[in-house]
Amino acid sequence: MSIVLETRGLTRRFGGLIATNDVSLSVEKGARHALIGPNGAGKTTLINLLTGVIQPSAGTIRLEGQDITGLSQNARVRRGLARTFQINQLFPELTVLETVALAVSERVGAGTAWWRSTGSHRDIAEEATAILDQFNLGDVMGERTAVLPYGRQRLLEIALAIACRPRVLLLDEPAAGVPEEERHEILAIVAGLPADVTVLLIEHDMDLVFSFADRISVLVGGAVFVEGPVDAIARDPRVREVYLGEGDHG
Amino acid sequence: MASTTPAKRPDPARLLSAPARWTLPELALWVAAAACFWVFPSKLLLLNEVAILALFALSLDLILGYAGIVSLGHAAFFGVGAYAAGLLAKHGIADPLVGLGVAAAAAGIVGFLSSFLVLRGSDLTRLMVTLGVALLLFELANRLDGITGGADGLQGITMGPLLGLFEFDLYGRTAFVYSTTVLFALFLVARRVVHSPFGLSLRAVKGNLLRARAVGISSSTRSVAIYTLAAVYAGIAGGLTAQTSQFVSLDVFDFHRSADVMLVLVLGGTGYLYGGIIGALIFRLMQDWLAGITPQYWQFWIGLVLVLVVLVGRERIEGLPRGLMGLLRRLTGRPAAEGTRP
Repeated sequence: MSIVLETRGLTRRFGGLIATNDVSLSVEKGARHALIGPNGAGKTTLINLLTGVIQPSAGTIRLEGQDITGLSQNARVRRGLARTFQINQLFPELTVLETVALAVSERVGAGTAWWRSTGSHRDIAEEATAILDQFNLGDVMGERTAVLPYGRQRLLEIALAIACRPRVLLLDEPAAGVPEEERHEILAIVAGLPADVTVLLIEHDMDLVFSFADRISVLVGGAVFVEGPVDAIARDPRVREVYLGEGDHG
Repeated sequence: MASTTPAKRPDPARLLSAPARWTLPELALWVAAAACFWVFPSKLLLLNEVAILALFALSLDLILGYAGIVSLGHAAFFGVGAYAAGLLAKHGIADPLVGLGVAAAAAGIVGFLSSFLVLRGSDLTRLMVTLGVALLLFELANRLDGITGGADGLQGITMGPLLGLFEFDLYGRTAFVYSTTVLFALFLVARRVVHSPFGLSLRAVKGNLLRARAVGISSSTRSVAIYTLAAVYAGIAGGLTAQTSQFVSLDVFDFHRSADVMLVLVLGGTGYLYGGIIGALIFRLMQDWLAGITPQYWQFWIGLVLVLVVLVGRERIEGLPRGLMGLLRRLTGRPAAEGTRP
């Protein structure tokens, strides 16, 4: 198996605080890799470093063997690295269809087309519709995003990332805040992601992590504490101690 | 084709193009604008000013309403266009359309260069930077009085006939037709731009910059492009002013001009292109009417209206015509348009 996403010695300091400390991570092609850790372990900082929202103080990031450390956020997306957000980051004024059409049009390079109307790009409309159907959002595609119920906004959050047709997808707590009775829909979507898309999942929900991931990295204090296959991590007494804790995990 | 889909599902391509389709009120507005030529033959000078102000406000709407870039110095580009067109005519090239092209190019260059200053920073920074650029150009024009005429203004502009056929007359007939046609043509272009994928990406950048970048949009190049286009529009508005009044003064760069155009957009509303036209009409007619009643205190009433518009809320005022339209549709039995947007 080849490595698609790799960091070496990735470090980020905020003043005296080391939020990410010498993280070297290797994610294999097609992997379902989970990143777990207690609050404040630096998971979000790591995601922000990987996607280029912030720049590292030291270290490198490679995507499919190419150094992307200095690339802008949008350039990384065009190279095939997409993400979702822990707190919905959508476009409240756009319709559901426009939202996904936007991502499709950027991916196919139509984002600078300024003369023909968006709807006259038939291929974009059709692909966007296909993605929405896949996410069971076809019936609300004419609605404004702002009026969607939270659970469906959460689905759109993932659909928008998928519309970028990523080779590596970073899922930041996809089921965060979703009511219990709607969780299964999110989980089914996550489980049904295309096998050739490599997924790095940041998650608090241990049921989701253990049912979904094939490999887990445990982040503690900004550094990788331990990494390994799911069953090994589940059995690791040190992990139980620092992360799962006694009776901490319900 | 999609007969297997349950219920009557809207065609996605049609849904996406819905905002780009012409509606009856839109057509009515342009027919009314053209009819003004025959209906108000004595008001054409005023209506010419309305058309130019509308174009200027349309320009601001492109950056404010669609890209979320606030500006308190939009007169910078208006002024550059006005001086470019004025200077060209003064030095012997009297063809109006050539002058307009030069005004557009000059303002576009200044707009492109200054666009990099507004890329970064908050709304407050942008307000200050745009204000600063306009002040700089004002003083530059003041200082270069050998070229611009300084505080005396640029005298001795004589315009040639439009298309070599129509002389500019004292009643503003040629001026009105000229300005309104230019406004209409540029409106058509703006309409295409905002409904294109490029326009969609601007709305995304305005709506959520973080996510816009996360779907691969290079927000800075998009902002540069629309800022430059808006500058071209403002420059053409300035050029039209210079040509139809055959005079340019430092006033074209003045702060009140930037503030007025912002006011026009507040009155008319942003982000649907017609705000500039409706706002310009209200603003200019109100100004004209109030100045007739209370020549010294007309700004008091403008201020009052502005405060009321903001306090009552645009949504409630805007909701009125939409409610009426809905009622009309129900009465005429036409199905409501799919995917109506706010």
